[in-house]
Amino acid sequence: MKLLIVDDSTLIRRAIERFANKFQFDEIRSANNGANALKEFKSFLPEVVTMDITMPEMDGLTCVEAILREKPDVQILVISALADKSTAVEAIKRGASGFLLKPFTEETLITSLEELFEE
Amino acid sequence: MDETHLKIFIKGTTNYFGQIAREAAEIGTPYLKEDNDNVILDYSAVIGISGSYRGCVYYTAPKEMIRKLIIHMGEHNADDALCADFVGEIANTIAGNAQEELGAGFMISVPIVLAGNPGSVRFPKDAPTFVIPIIWQGNKSYLLICVGESITA
Repeated sequence: MKLLIVDDSTLIRRAIERFANKFQFDEIRSANNGANALKEFKSFLPEVVTMDITMPEMDGLTCVEAILREKPDVQILVISALADKSTAVEAIKRGASGFLLKPFTEETLITSLEELFEE
Repeated sequence: MDETHLKIFIKGTTNYFGQIAREAAEIGTPYLKEDNDNVILDYSAVIGISGSYRGCVYYTAPKEMIRKLIIHMGEHNADDALCADFVGEIANTIAGNAQEELGAGFMISVPIVLAGNPGSVRFPKDAPTFVIPIIWQGNKSYLLICVGESITA
């Protein structure tokens, strides 16, 4: 199983990678905005994606839709600081499998990924 | 922006440090920024606010505090680029979390990050700028809030 981490913060990408190592992904790659994520996705074809929303070039919700057009069965966990409930609802409407609010901890990230895998 | 709004950002900051640093940050008494106050430390980040509100959220912190926080988060090497990146993420998270009470109309931009001292930072004149001191492990950083409601025709 492969994981693509999408976030414009290097520190957050590294933290997610470190925390997600518990799941023993075969390969983990990352991208720093939606446009780069879409390019990476097409060649990498991961089963799981974590996706920030507020990013330059292409925002995360637009990227969620674009990725799902490429591979409808991919599991996408949106991880964002945007705390209005409508953001999480919109993410799910656009096809995300879950939503995790920043700031997150190792425990909350692992729980969110476990919930994703249970689906 | 009044006291109630400031409390939203204080709550967000307290929550942020409680989660990330697992050690509470002490919040100093907020005050109004004067024109000649230059609150600029080693790393700073600005988030533009649009939608139902306009203005900016600005966070500035000393190198020592940011390095300590990064190492606390499990990184071994807190270089300049990572410190600047992290300050942007702190500003982004505190501003984004404010949506919980201000609503989706409180729209945030991606952070603009500054490393080093640019000399001065200009804030919009049409709303007051509040300064919230944040002390963590003896280091002092500042969150500046300059936000007003958008004027609609």
